[in-house]
Amino acid sequence: MSISRRTLLRNTAALGAFAGAGLPHIWIKNADLAYAAGGEIKVGVLFSLTGTTAIIEESLNKATLLAIEEINAAGGIKGSKIVPIVEDPASDPATFSEKARKLVVGDKCVSVFGSYTSASRKAVLPVFERQNNLYWYPTLYEGRECSKNVIYTGAVPNQQQDEFVPWLVKKFGKKFYLIGSNYIYPKEENNYCKKLLEKLGGEVVAEEYVPLGHSEFSSVINKIRSTQPNVIFSTVVGDSVVALHRQYKAAGLDPEKMPMASLTTSENEVAAMGGEAAAGHFTSAPYFMVHKSPENEKFVEAYKKRWGADKVTHFVSEACYFQTYLFKQAVEKLATSDLTPPNIRDAVKGQEMVAPQGKVRIEPENLHTWLWPKIAQAKSNGQFEILVEAKDWLKPVPYAAYPGQSCTEKGLVEKS
Amino acid sequence: MDQFIEQIVTGLSIGSILLLVALGLSIIYGSMGIINLAHGEFVMLGAYAAWVFHTYLGLGLLASLVPIFLVVAAFGWVIERYVLSLLNNRPLDTILATWGVGIMLQQAVRLMVGSELRYVQLPPALSDSMSVFGIPVSSYRVFLFVVSIALFGATWLLMNRTTVGMKLRAIIQDRSVAASFGINAKRVYALTFAYGAGLAGLAGALVSPLKSVSPDMGTGYVVDAFMVVVLGGVQSLAGTVASAFILGELSGGIAFLQNDTVAKAIVLLAIVVLIRFRPEGLFTARVRA
Repeated sequence: MSISRRTLLRNTAALGAFAGAGLPHIWIKNADLAYAAGGEIKVGVLFSLTGTTAIIEESLNKATLLAIEEINAAGGIKGSKIVPIVEDPASDPATFSEKARKLVVGDKCVSVFGSYTSASRKAVLPVFERQNNLYWYPTLYEGRECSKNVIYTGAVPNQQQDEFVPWLVKKFGKKFYLIGSNYIYPKEENNYCKKLLEKLGGEVVAEEYVPLGHSEFSSVINKIRSTQPNVIFSTVVGDSVVALHRQYKAAGLDPEKMPMASLTTSENEVAAMGGEAAAGHFTSAPYFMVHKSPENEKFVEAYKKRWGADKVTHFVSEACYFQTYLFKQAVEKLATSDLTPPNIRDAVKGQEMVAPQGKVRIEPENLHTWLWPKIAQAKSNGQFEILVEAKDWLKPVPYAAYPGQSCTEKGLVEKS
Repeated sequence: MDQFIEQIVTGLSIGSILLLVALGLSIIYGSMGIINLAHGEFVMLGAYAAWVFHTYLGLGLLASLVPIFLVVAAFGWVIERYVLSLLNNRPLDTILATWGVGIMLQQAVRLMVGSELRYVQLPPALSDSMSVFGIPVSSYRVFLFVVSIALFGATWLLMNRTTVGMKLRAIIQDRSVAASFGINAKRVYALTFAYGAGLAGLAGALVSPLKSVSPDMGTGYVVDAFMVVVLGGVQSLAGTVASAFILGELSGGIAFLQNDTVAKAIVLLAIVVLIRFRPEGLFTARVRA
């Protein structure tokens, strides 16, 4: 009997389909038991505690653990305790992927909370998609992603910029200097910013990217001096933000005439650069530590009590905190025997809760989050003053810069 | 024209920071032949020392410079005495050892004070800008320039006009002959390493108000410092100075015309090409061997 390549492929596929239909019955039963065994619900917590981005991810780890401890102290989820399994991916995308696999396959976690950088999210994505598990990503990011296995609770470009850019143009003028760190996030944000500026009749005097971790901005400052923009639109990240602000201040530039408008400068960065270097510059984000709401007072107080009075909360750690509660709400909706990652995903669609920033909701279409954009100015005491608060929550549009594309429940749809 | 002068001044400022960071490495590498991969961590320790003096003792940056030098130098002395000299300062072994020491220092700082970015205040007297050739320049950058030149001067005097320096130069030429003349090579090496470490610590403290302070801040500096030393030529202090300013002007200028990413790539490429044709660097001290 001769077996052609085609029949071999067909047979193998049929065998695969049989295996796919037959065996998982046994597996899922076991998996059910594993996902909520002995009154415990295991979740992974995957933030870097060492390496470059540990600076910020440590606070994300802390906010997530705080929420888990609070939920457990209040009786857990329908009597089951959440058991966090903390792994340290050491700021390295390859390690992220390896640890994610360990949490999902080895520890049988029902969800994993993790990642700060886009690079690390992209690295773990295949693990969650292949295992059909669920990843909860708290960071503001560049959008342009549509996965059924990630819940995005940070802002996408339209939620940070739709209000911010027109406000800047109106207040300071139309000449923008775009500066960012050299990777995908700043480029996508600037892409969207340029679109908004085009509509508003604005002008981009320069678009420039510095290497990650760059700390020498004197040439950039010379260029800023010679181009005289009205606004310096900054998506510089990490310790570069600190260097940029300090050197701006030391060079004697004036934030009243030429402010920096940032999507990435939070209380965390301000604490590191010192209030006087941050004072007068603007940030757009859904959450600031000074935001007045009973939920935020409770969050800030609990965070300081748990981790130290000198600690600050910021727009990513807030998302870490409320997404853990959203996880709880979703799990509460499910019977213990139904506790699987895809069921949690379906249960969290349309879930609402009052977060520290205001009432948030998971958009069923794209699994991103409805948020409350705010514009704030940094003060010399290291805190922000909120100048503009959105009157309404804003829908997440992850493909805002790409009019032909949209993320739906069926996946990415392209309109021709 | 204004822009040109502005850019020259900027290059001088970048160069002075490079010189500051590279000076300690140049001494250790040039005289002892030790490739000190923990150099960046000494820079980091200096920055953290500045932060500790400021936060816990209320000392301003300028007042704490001397104690910082002494603290980091003591650290360097301990490491030379109890790690490197036990390896007989063999180049290959010490690369690995200093690398390990660097990682341990990074993690130790992270465990003790946390991995958040820390903040060192700009000395209030130097926080505004002044005019140099009609160009507004941050007073603190001018101060850094002066300090880096002064430290170079002090180092040159130490090497060429003091007994310790003379003994060190004798050891560099021939360790066994020097020893037979009664020079205690171990002690001189320990002192040299401590001095180099102290300089690195000073550099860290001095740049901290312009940049950021974090446990892994040293990584970037050690690369910069090696580029300066390798380009300038090992064993040549004057070469280190010249190459620091050449690199400063070059990277500042390319960053202005293009951007910092391109500048970094071109500068690195230029050094690689130059080393291919002139492995000893731009300047070499003539040593009878």
